[in-house]
Parts: sequence; structure tokens; C-alpha cells
Amino acid sequence: MSEMSAMNRKLIQKLAETLSKQVKHFNKTEAECLIRLFNGLLGDQSDRRVGNGLDRGKFRNILHNTFGMTDDMIMDRVFRAFDKDNDSYVSVKEWIEGLSVFLRGTLDEKIKYCFDVYDLNGDGHISREEMFHMLKNSLIKQPTEEDPDEGIKDLVEITLKKMDYDHDSRLSYADFEKAVKDENLLLEAFGTCLPDAKSILAFEQLAFQAPLESSGHHY
Amino acid sequence: MGIALTRAAQWTTASSGTGKLEITPINESLLKEIARFVEQFSARHPQEAKHVFKQPLQWATSLEACDFKTEYDISGPTVKSQETDIDGHPMLQLTPPSISVRSLSQLSKLVELAQEKRLKEVRACLEANRDPVAKMLGPSFATVEGEDSSVLRLLEKVREGDLAKETETQVRLLILLQQLDTHLLSNSLKQISQEVRLSPAAVKNDVELLKSFCCDGEKRVLKAVQYTSDYEFANGCRTPPWRQVHGEICYLVIQTWDTQPLYVTCSTAGVFLNGGIRPEAEENAFDRTSEVYKDLVTLLKSMSPHFAVNIHKQDFAFQEEPSSTQKIQHMESVDAEEQGQPQRSYDHQEKNVHEKARQQPVQNKLGGKKKLEPSLKWKNLGLASPYEETNGQKSKRSAVAVKSVGTQEKMQKKANFSVSSLPGRQSSIKTKTPGGEGTVRDFSESSSESEEDEEQPERRTESNTDLPSEYWQIQKLVKYLKGGNQTATVIALCSMRDFNLAQETCQLAIRDVGGLEVLINLLDTEEIKCKIGSLKILKEISRNGQIRRAIADLGGLQTMVRILDSPDKNLKCLAAETIANVAKFRRARRTVRQHGGIKRLVELLDCVPDSAALTEEQETDVEVARCGALALWSCSKSTRNKEAIRRAGGIPLLARLLKSPHENMLIPVVGTLQECASERSYRIAIQTEGMVEDLVKNLSRDNHELQMHCASAIFKCAEDQRTRDLVRQYGGLQPLVSLLGQADNKQLLAATTGAIWKCSISVENVAKFQEHKALDTLVGLLTDQPEEVLVNVVGALGEGAQTPANSAIIRECGGIQPLVNLLTGTNQALLVNVTKAVGACATEPENMTIIDRLDGVRLLWSLLKNPNPDVQASAAWAICPCIENAKDAGEMVRSFVGGLELIVNLLESTNKEVLASVCAAIAKIAKDEENLAVITDHGVVALLAKLTNTTDDTLRRHLAEAIARCCLWGSNRVSFGEAGAVAPLVRYLKSKDSSVHQATAQALFQLSKDPNNCITMHENRVVKLLLGMMGSTDEVLQEASAGCVANIRRLALANEKAQCG
Repeated sequence: MSEMSAMNRKLIQKLAETLSKQVKHFNKTEAECLIRLFNGLLGDQSDRRVGNGLDRGKFRNILHNTFGMTDDMIMDRVFRAFDKDNDSYVSVKEWIEGLSVFLRGTLDEKIKYCFDVYDLNGDGHISREEMFHMLKNSLIKQPTEEDPDEGIKDLVEITLKKMDYDHDSRLSYADFEKAVKDENLLLEAFGTCLPDAKSILAFEQLAFQAPLESSGHHY
Repeated sequence: MGIALTRAAQWTTASSGTGKLEITPINESLLKEIARFVEQFSARHPQEAKHVFKQPLQWATSLEACDFKTEYDISGPTVKSQETDIDGHPMLQLTPPSISVRSLSQLSKLVELAQEKRLKEVRACLEANRDPVAKMLGPSFATVEGEDSSVLRLLEKVREGDLAKETETQVRLLILLQQLDTHLLSNSLKQISQEVRLSPAAVKNDVELLKSFCCDGEKRVLKAVQYTSDYEFANGCRTPPWRQVHGEICYLVIQTWDTQPLYVTCSTAGVFLNGGIRPEAEENAFDRTSEVYKDLVTLLKSMSPHFAVNIHKQDFAFQEEPSSTQKIQHMESVDAEEQGQPQRSYDHQEKNVHEKARQQPVQNKLGGKKKLEPSLKWKNLGLASPYEETNGQKSKRSAVAVKSVGTQEKMQKKANFSVSSLPGRQSSIKTKTPGGEGTVRDFSESSSESEEDEEQPERRTESNTDLPSEYWQIQKLVKYLKGGNQTATVIALCSMRDFNLAQETCQLAIRDVGGLEVLINLLDTEEIKCKIGSLKILKEISRNGQIRRAIADLGGLQTMVRILDSPDKNLKCLAAETIANVAKFRRARRTVRQHGGIKRLVELLDCVPDSAALTEEQETDVEVARCGALALWSCSKSTRNKEAIRRAGGIPLLARLLKSPHENMLIPVVGTLQECASERSYRIAIQTEGMVEDLVKNLSRDNHELQMHCASAIFKCAEDQRTRDLVRQYGGLQPLVSLLGQADNKQLLAATTGAIWKCSISVENVAKFQEHKALDTLVGLLTDQPEEVLVNVVGALGEGAQTPANSAIIRECGGIQPLVNLLTGTNQALLVNVTKAVGACATEPENMTIIDRLDGVRLLWSLLKNPNPDVQASAAWAICPCIENAKDAGEMVRSFVGGLELIVNLLESTNKEVLASVCAAIAKIAKDEENLAVITDHGVVALLAKLTNTTDDTLRRHLAEAIARCCLWGSNRVSFGEAGAVAPLVRYLKSKDSSVHQATAQALFQLSKDPNNCITMHENRVVKLLLGMMGSTDEVLQEASAGCVANIRRLALANEKAQCG
């Protein structure tokens, strides 16, 4: 904690100012709050010596505890979507950039983000196999059925039928975008990767109000 | 004969004692049988006939001494038979009007000599001696409920060795009487079995039969049949005792393949749908909502086309099965009967039931009969007959089948049934308790309630053979909905939306595979995406009436009402829109209200509707308000909801939204307003909150639906004068007239003509309408229009014709003939308006000529025979100007055969308006002396005199007119006096209505020409009142008052003179 408080207030403010200019949806104060929150989270982290950012486990904890996500694979994918430079850590910049979409993104931003989450191998398409992988736990297995995966396969076909406009048996970004614009419910077609309104509200209240007050006490 | 009398005979009061035998066919045939029995008795059984009764049969006879001949000692009015008992008492004794008879041989003779009075005598005898057997043989043979042991008792005596001849005779007599009893019962039973009367046993049979139809895999015709209560009372009923007194036997919930669950009440009077009695339901819904059917099968046939089609298939496919069921059930029910339990509870009912007392003995008869002679013959008669009647051929076919089926097979079948009759779902034993006042009052909803969606017959009757492929796909999706997480659910929901949800196949497929339950369950989850997806589907499929009912049955409305509180506006919109679709029938509307939906929907209306530069947020709010208005529009078809909307503060919000520039907002808003305008509170609000201006403004929009609702709102509000003036001031009359040009859109035309009609009540408006030649156009609409348009067109013409110039215009446009032609119609609302219009036109002599030529007065006159008092009154009012203006009116009236008698008889009506109008017409008729003579013969004086005690000023005025006129014939003046008409008339002078005064003074003047009337008037202090009237400015009144006072004075003077001289 002493190291934390040693961090210069001005430094944080400066960083906040820079980031709020680079990232949409957050003003300077909000950016500052998020940086503080980030630093706070970082402070708890066990192996702080490695790099400057949240590691996968810490980040997943936040997703699980704060945003109620449960699907391991999706949480990994969300981490990947935040971790733009692929260094296995979410830096403060990646944190704020990611949250801007995560919390306040426009539909277009969210479509992009979700597509990135669902494009497991990052080849620019969501393939049948990827869909199957993401949906494989979405149905209760009927032990009586001959092929327990039949339902999942069927769901994949249904999704393709609905979203694969160019009929190439995989979803391109254009397919995905068109389908979601047509029916917003399909934004998270392959798993919940965005927080719901309630947890957004709770998170923002926590991040933007409470820390300011408490930080006031510190300084 | 004791049992036949207590059970079969129909007594006026259910309790014993001094009941009267009603004059009914059953009783008549009973009496005839008894009379014949008695008459032939002494010839056939001379020995038994001599048996002296333990107590004489006594009754009040209509026979007189002169009816008796030989073998009787006649002294003046009293008669004694020469035949006496051992103590020397005469066997027959008549001391008018009482007669007493001590043996059957005497009875026999009496019946013989009574000749055509015999039935009357037998009836009087039976009424006075409710249990003749007890009197004949002694109290130990009194007819008792339950087991009849009298024969046994006699047998015991015989066994004791007491073989006195008398006992033997007694035994024989008793046996003979019991034979008669049996005979009588079987006769009346034949008659009874012709009537539709259900018994618990018959209902039970039906239910078991239907249950057997439910259990048979693919070919089943019904889904399930359940009692609402598993508890069966000893009498076989399953209804709470306080409903049993209404003759209700049990309630059923029948799930068919093609309708909503049917909630059925089985009562002794027949089978009908109730308001939804369910095992767990809190509400009490005993009210009948369908017509009464003879039995369950008939009801189902008419409710469920699927059932109707398949029941016949069932007959062929499973011929043995229903028949053997029937057979077995007969046996079961016989078992039940033999325990003798039903009897007691029926008796209990008899004490409670008043009106229905007659229905109950019908069942008792079955019971009583059965006990007497348990033979197969009557079993078939008693139990199978309801079947035979209802199912006609079917049961005959099955009867044949019974024979062909081996007994063993039957036994197997029975075993099957007993298994199958245990349905999966066990209904709870909960019995209904009488609901609080609140719940009961809910059934009083009425007003403009239109059940848009009566149970539509389903087309899908060919059933499961060739289901469309959508069916299987939807079934699969529903499976994913059930077994999927949020992601799979959303995919399945989105995929389901790709089906054509407007198509009934898909709608019903979703329901039939259990999709509705899942969709509604999803609404209860926390997952907003699932809720949205589900509502998007529900919104579409709820356009189907059957789906609506299913959604309501599954409790979907309650959940959707809760969703209205959601912070997600998209979700609110969808929920409100779905509610708008579902709440198209009464029960749904009630549910919305009872769960606080109205208040929440009204809250949705709160937004900023102004057009200029709305933010995105505000636009969403407007959309929410629009959806709220849509839902309120649906809900506003129930009176109590209208009230709830008002109390939730909906009126000012609607008034604000009425300023919206968007038609899609205006239509639901005006729709709600016009629906609510049936309530006075809304009409006032529409006037005072400045909504008339907006309504008028929107009349000119180019949207027929909106125009229609605006016109309709004006139609409902314009009965108020201030509103009519406002419509004129805001320039609404001209657009209304131009809307008459839209003659192809009948709904719009009906609303427009309605608005014109009501606006025409103001003379200024009529003048304004005429500037745009409204009457000419209206006359053009008198032909080839639907009745709802005609009623309004004619109403408008009737109002317009109140000014002579306009009634001339109607004639010039050729309106008289079509109007007179409409007098032959049957629509009562139309007839009221047509008679009024014709009457208004008849004030013009030229019009009258045409009406006369078209025989219009005769048509008007025949409408006096219409059963509707409004039509009667309106016709009578219209007759008045006709008589006044027709040439040779007296001759014309006389030419109507029976016409005068008809109109005089209407003075016995209970409707004040009818009485007033008929009095007015009689005053006109009486101007013709010959007609006055005729109506005097028909007793007009007494009828008028009887009405004089009224306090209704309109009636008083016309009654006084009629009396004044009728005094001019013969001794009518005197008759009025004798009938006590004078004193009440004097009181009329104290009325506040000056038009009453004039007519009354004239009547009194006429009456004062009879000295006795003068005395009565004087006694009632008329002079002071008349002196006041003489000071009036009304000359007619002055003159009549003065004349009357003069007559009284003259009498007094004459009197003085006589005393002095």
C-alpha cells in the first residue's frame, strides 16, 4: 500500500487525461477513477513483479465476481479481447479501452468486440467448429439420446441458417454485423460476453463514486 | 299410490301440508289414472271395495245434493249414504262443502256420478288427503321415505295367525293400491324421461365415457376431463351444497384438442359453460356463459369441432368400447342407487329449493321408481334414456354392440377403465367458498364489452395425420427453449421468429407443443434478452384468439403486468403491446386490472408528446406511451377498467397525447377515449379538458380509422348540449357531413352518422348541417345500408325533421317512402328511431298524405304489438300526429281491426313511457265520437282511472288529456268519479309542471259537469287551487279553471236553494 500511495497523484491525473483523449466514452475524472481502480486491483495481485498489468486469473475474477460471467472459455476470450497486445496482461490502457466498449460501447463497437470474442482462432471467421465449441454446454444433455451432441449440432445449423448470409458455412464479420443489426438479440449469440445493465450500473457506481470519496480521505 | 303422489305429482309447494296440485300434463294424467282406477274398483274388486277406511277421506267438494240419486238419503243440502258401517255411520256424508267417504265402493260411485267434475273431485280429495293410503288402512301404512315395509308388516300379521278376514282384505287392498302406485310411476316416468333432466348418475356416466375417450393415444378426441373436486357428496354431486340448491351437480374442466380448456357446469337443467371454475381458482365463476346443452356430448360437439368430427370416428373405430363402458356404468350407478343415499339429500334440497323444486322431484321419481321394482326394464328406461335422447343413433349403435361383445371382454374393458380413470393430474379437493363481495361484483362488467373473439371453431380438424413441417421444427425449438441456457434460448427464440408467426398453423403449433408455457416462464426469469425474445413472439401469436386465452390461462398477463415496472423501455413496450393483444376478452381485461395493470399502463402514458426536436430518449418514451395507449385501448372495453383508468389519472394524460401529431399515437388514444366515452365521467372530461377541439381537428385527418374513432367519440359525447355546441364552434359539423361521402367504409359511416344524429339534437346544428345539405345525403343513405348505419341515419332524420321546413325537405328528397318501408323491420333500436322520424314527418299535412297512402299508420299501429316497450311507446307517440293530421282520421282508425282494443289494452303496461304515449294517443283517438264509444266499450275509463295515482308528470299530463277527452261520451264522467279518478286529479294541480296544470284543469272542468264529482273536488279543496290557476297567463288554463269553479259554485247554489226552498 505504501508504494501505491507513493504513486504521485499528478501522475495518475496526467495518465487519465491522456487516456481520456485516446479512449471514447470516458471523461478525465472517470478515466482517473478507473486508473485508481486498476491500481487498486493490481495492488492485490500476488506476483506484481511481472509486467505492468492484470493477469488472466485476476481479470477472470473480476469478470466472474463483478460481472457475473460463468463460462470459462468465454471469460478467456474476453481476456484475449481486452489484451490487445497479446502479452497475457491487461495493461492500464487496455483496461480503459476494453471497459469503454464493455460498459458503454455503441452497437457497432460491441459487434466488433463480440465478433473478436467469438472468433476463437482469430482468422476473421466464426467457423462451424468454433460455434460448436462455444455452444457445446448450452443444452442440457439428454442421456437417452443416441447422439448427445445432436442438439448442439442442430443449434449450430440454426445459427448458420439465420446468420450466414453468404452461405459459405461460416460467419464472416459482415455476416455477423448484418445479422445483429437485423436482430439485436443475436449480439451475444454464442455466449454472454457483455455485462447486463444491472451489473454495469453497479460497477459504475462503485468505480466512479465510491473511490473518489475514499481517495479523498487518502490524500 | 302414496309414493306416486309424493314423488311424481307436482305440488305447488314442496313442503307437505296444504299444497295444491299444479295443473300440469303429468298431474292431469295422474289424476285420470286414479279416477279410472277408483271408478272401476268396486266392479273389479267388490270385496276390497267394501273395506271400511280407518279414517274417512274428507275434502271440500263441489258436488251438491242434487248430484246424488238413489241409495242416498237427501235432506236439503246434506246427503247421507244408505250404506253404513257396523256402527251405523253412513259410508258417505255430504254437508256442503265438506264431504267424507269411508270406502272405496262409495268413492267409486262418487266418481261415477261426478261425471265431468270427477277430475276436480279427485284432485280436491288428493289435495286434502296427501296420504290417502294411511287414511284407508291406518297410520302404520303411511307412505314413508325410504324402505316400504308395509307389506312385510301385514305379512307378519298374517304369519301371527291373525287370519281375520279383514286383514286379508287389507292385504289385498294394499297390494292393489301398490300396483296402482307402480303403474302411475311408470307412466309418469315415461313422460319425465322425455324431458331433459340430468341426474348425478347420468352425468357420472357421461364423464366416465368422456374420460375413456381421453386415454387412448393418438386417436383420442379429448385431452383430459377432470372434476374440479374429487369429493363426491353422498347424493352424487360434487358441487358445494350452496350450489347444489341451484341444481348444479358438478363442475368439469375439459381440455379439448382445439379450444381453450372448457369450464363446464353440469346441472339438473342441462350442461353449460361457466365463467371458469377451476380447482385452485379463487374467483367464483358460476355464471353461465353459454347456452344450456342437453348433455356433455352435445356441448362438446358444439364447442369443439375436433371433438365433433372425431367422436363419430370414435363410434366406428371403438364401437365396443363406449358401449361397454355404458353398460358397466349402468351397473355402477345402480349400485349407487341401491344404497338409497341419493334420496335423503334430495329431500334436503327440496326444502331449500324454491323455484327449482320441480326439477328435483324428477330425480326423485327415478329413485323412487327404482326402489319399487328393480327390473332391467326400468333401468334401461331411467338411465339409458338421457343417452338415447342425446346421442340418438350413437347409443343405438352401441346398444347393438353390447350384445356382440363377450362378457369376458367387458370385464377386461372395465379393468382398463378403472386404470384409465385415474388421470395423471389429481385435482385438489378444495371446494369453493362463497367469494367476497368484491369478486362477485366482478361479474357485473358490461357496457360496451364485446367479446371480439368468441371461441373460434378450429380448422385443424384432420388432426395429426399430416402436420406441416413447421410443426416439427417448432417442436424442436421449444425443446431447446426448455433445455437450453440463455445463449441457446436466445438462438431458439430468434429462430422461432423466422417462422411466419401470423400464420395460424405456427401459432397453434407453438401452443400445442407446450411452447406457450415455456415462453411465459421465460418472462419470469432475470434474463432480459430471453424476456425480449419471448415477448416478441408472444406479441405476434397473441393476435390469435385461442392463443390469447391460453396465455391468460397460463398466468401470462400477471407476469407481463409486472414487466411494465421494468427499467428497460424496450421490454415495457413489448409487454404493453402484448397485453394490448391479449386483453381482447373480458377475463383477460379483468386480470390486468386485478393485478394493478391499469395503473402501470397509465403511468406509461406520461411522456412529452410534442413534436419539436425530441431527443432519442424522449422518442423512446413516446413509443412507450403509444404501447401503453394500445394496451389501455384493449382494456378500456370493460366498464371497471374505464373507471380504473380514470382513477389512475389517465384522462389528463390521454388529453395530452391527443395533441400528438402522429396518427399511430392518436388512434389508440382516441380509440380509448371513444371506448370510455360510454361513461359519464369521461364525457364530462372530454368536454371540460378541451378534447372536443382535438377530436374535431382529427376528423379532418386523412386516416379513416382515426376519423372513425373521433366521430364515434363525438357520437357518444354529443348527447350533452355543451359538447354539441363545442363541436359546432370548432367547425366539426362540416367535416362530419363530408365524411358521409365515405359510404364504402361502413364502420366509418356508422360512426359519422351517429355523430350527426346526436349533434342534430341542437337546432343550431341542424341548421348548420342543412347548409351542407346533410338531410339530402342522409335520405340517400336510407337504402342498402347495414342496420348500424340505418339506426343512426334515421335517428338523424328524426331529429332533423323536428322543424317543419326540414320535414318538407325530407319529403322532397323522397325520404318518406323509405322511412315508412323501414317500419316493417325487426331491429328494435331502428324501429324506435324510425317511428320517431315518421312521427316527426307526420306533422306536415303533405307528408301525412304520403304516409297515409303508404299505409304507414297501420304499420305504426302494428308496432304497438312489438314486445319492446321502447318501440311501443315510440310508435304510440308517432301515432298522435298521424291521427291529428290525417284526413278522415276517425274512419282510418276504425279500419284497423282490433286496433282500438289493442291500444286500450296497452294501458295495462308497466312502462311509464308506454302509458304516457298511449294516453296521448287515446286523447287523439277520443276526438272521434264513434271511436270514443268503442274505446269506452273496451273499458278505457276504468284503465285510465287506475293510472291516476301516478306521480310522473309526463304521464299525468297525457292522462289528464285523455280523461278530459273521454268524459265526452255517455256516462263516462260519472264512471270516472265512481272509479275514484277525481281526487288524484285534484292533486295534479300541485305539480310543478305547468303543462300538467292545463290538461288537468280541462279534465276537471269536464268532470265537474257531474254533481258528485263536484262534491269530491270540493272535498279535496280544489277551489283554492283552481283560483290560483285562474290567475295564470295561459288562457286555456284560465278558462278551464274558471269553468270548473263555476260548475262547483252552481251546484252549491242549487243546493242552498233546495235547502231554503
